[in-house]
Amino acid sequence: MRWLLLKDLQILRRSPFLVAVLIAYPLIISVLIGLSLSRGPDKPKVAVVNELAPGATGFTVAGQRLDVSRYARELFKSVDPVYVDTRKEAIAKVRDGEVLGALIVPADATKQLQDAINLSGGKGPTLEILYNVDDPLRTQIAESTIKSRLADANKALSDKLTQLAGRYLQVLLKGGDFSLLGQKFDVLGLERSKAVLESTVRSLPPGSAKAREIQRVIDFNELAIENLGLSKNVLTAVGQPLNVKRTVVAGHRTPLDAFAVAVSVTISLMFVTVLLASGMLALEHEEHAFGRLVRGLVSRLGLLGEKVALAAACAVPATLVMLCGIGIFVHLDWGRFALWLAALAGGAIGFGALGVAVGALARDVRAASLLAFLLTLPIAFLALVPAGTVAHTLYDVIRAVSALFPFRPALQAVDAALNRSSPSLPQTLAHLGVLAAAYLALARVALARSR
Amino acid sequence: MSTATASGAPAIAAGEVTKRFGRRDALRGVSFEADPGEVVAVIGPNGAGKTTLLSILAGIQPPTSGTVSRGPREVGWVPQSPAVYTKLSVAENLRLFARLEKVADPDAAVAAMLEQTGLAERADDELGTLSGGNRQRVNIAVGLLADPPVLLLDEPSSSLDPRQRERLWEFIGALAARGTAVVFSTHNVGEADRYADRVLVLADGEALFTGSPTDLEARVGGDPRDFEAAFVRFLHERGH
Repeated sequence: MRWLLLKDLQILRRSPFLVAVLIAYPLIISVLIGLSLSRGPDKPKVAVVNELAPGATGFTVAGQRLDVSRYARELFKSVDPVYVDTRKEAIAKVRDGEVLGALIVPADATKQLQDAINLSGGKGPTLEILYNVDDPLRTQIAESTIKSRLADANKALSDKLTQLAGRYLQVLLKGGDFSLLGQKFDVLGLERSKAVLESTVRSLPPGSAKAREIQRVIDFNELAIENLGLSKNVLTAVGQPLNVKRTVVAGHRTPLDAFAVAVSVTISLMFVTVLLASGMLALEHEEHAFGRLVRGLVSRLGLLGEKVALAAACAVPATLVMLCGIGIFVHLDWGRFALWLAALAGGAIGFGALGVAVGALARDVRAASLLAFLLTLPIAFLALVPAGTVAHTLYDVIRAVSALFPFRPALQAVDAALNRSSPSLPQTLAHLGVLAAAYLALARVALARSR
Repeated sequence: MSTATASGAPAIAAGEVTKRFGRRDALRGVSFEADPGEVVAVIGPNGAGKTTLLSILAGIQPPTSGTVSRGPREVGWVPQSPAVYTKLSVAENLRLFARLEKVADPDAAVAAMLEQTGLAERADDELGTLSGGNRQRVNIAVGLLADPPVLLLDEPSSSLDPRQRERLWEFIGALAARGTAVVFSTHNVGEADRYADRVLVLADGEALFTGSPTDLEARVGGDPRDFEAAFVRFLHERGH
């Protein structure tokens, strides 16, 4: 087997294009993945038409002047605003694809906001958003980006208004200074007025009609004090009616970028291993050497083992280089390097076994490569379908199918090695071992009829 | 050309070999022997079972029933298409198979084969750059690396031009003269007549005749100078 392995490495060495692809592919992919994970996405460009008159961006609430432009900043946190003067100009930019969408702030936005807050009628201003729906992906990005930023702006404004309303209610409760239309007032407040009333009652003859009437006012005052004391909590609850508590009940939480690293490494491992194992086995048939080899020089199982070992020997270093390359950009736990190696080796053996099964069935390099692509790509996509995104029964079927191919356990092994996720590395390696044995058996059966 | 051993044992013998593929009988109780130094041609129409018989003798596939006197490691095998690696050089191919055959001194065996096949000057050339004739010579050299007592060749001259064919038969003649039993299959009955000591005629998996080409001609009568016509008439008489 040693000589066959050396022979295959010699053949690979004399196929410079293939070797270049084998070396360049993981390097390029690792740099691309590293860059895309380490740098945030560019802000999408959104045209903004501000129809507000200059200086008309402020309004007054509870005696305090608020500037709308301060809250508009929330809106522009994750977009790159392109200011234009007219609606027509904005439409042209959206149509040309120069911007993802356009946001139009109407001239009376501040006034409508003031009216809504003062409860003098009106539902608040309506901001207009323009999209280009030619490209559904762009539309979705524009919609979700602008909507989410609008929600943030609404939340910031609502928080501020809640805070002001709370302060206003506190003045009513405790008393103090209050300014309105530039004039300062000293507000007595419910608590202080209660004290005044109680002192007045004490100065009246007990049981007099006047004292009884004032006592009724004191009782009402007390009720108002108790309920206004709760008002701050009520306002907070209205501002944020739903709270979320996150509890992980299954699986280790893996950051998205770390999981993306596991996915990309596993896909690379899969392609390099399956294509090499299937191609090099099919090459034995194509060169007519298979019959000569298996007539006592090497057993069929030995030949299969050699191809798996060859594919793993090439793919593991290639994907390890890729992982190290990604490690420059994304934080990886280098202390678990030995586990990375174990996961990659386990995955490579599983993929190699699948590869030789493909090569044994196809018996021709081109057919083997095509079959390898046709088989592995959909399986990889299926294995990445998250739970809850499809019907329950369909997900069970997908999970069962994925478990029959090495992609899912290999991904779980790499994820466990990189991110301590569950299922554990030994579990996934055992799964890969069972699959490798099954695919080797399938390949052996397919080779039984080969000459 | 036959040089029987002192013990008189055949170099290779097949006894009542049958091979069944599903419901089809590819070989039906074929028995035959080849003595050391004897050149035996296996001839017959398409689908007669020639390649199946040779591949069973070579140990590439097992018979459904019957016996073969030698194991695969004792027999040199030369398939119809050169079973060598086009990305390796002539010497690398020979060295690889010498190592796989566990030849005691692989380098000496490679040197001997390069000398014997006249390819010493092309030793470092990749197989892919060689002509069909030279590739076939390397193919035969690989079959001879372990110095086997029996050499089996499947259609050895089918891809060669007349000059290369002539050199091939000279080479095979020299091997037989050194005591190697040579069994080859061919469609070219003229070659069987010219170079074989004995012919084995197969049709529909059945051995119809074994003997010298002259015996076959005598069996059907007619022009003794036209072996091909005698062969066709023989098959016709036997219902094929």
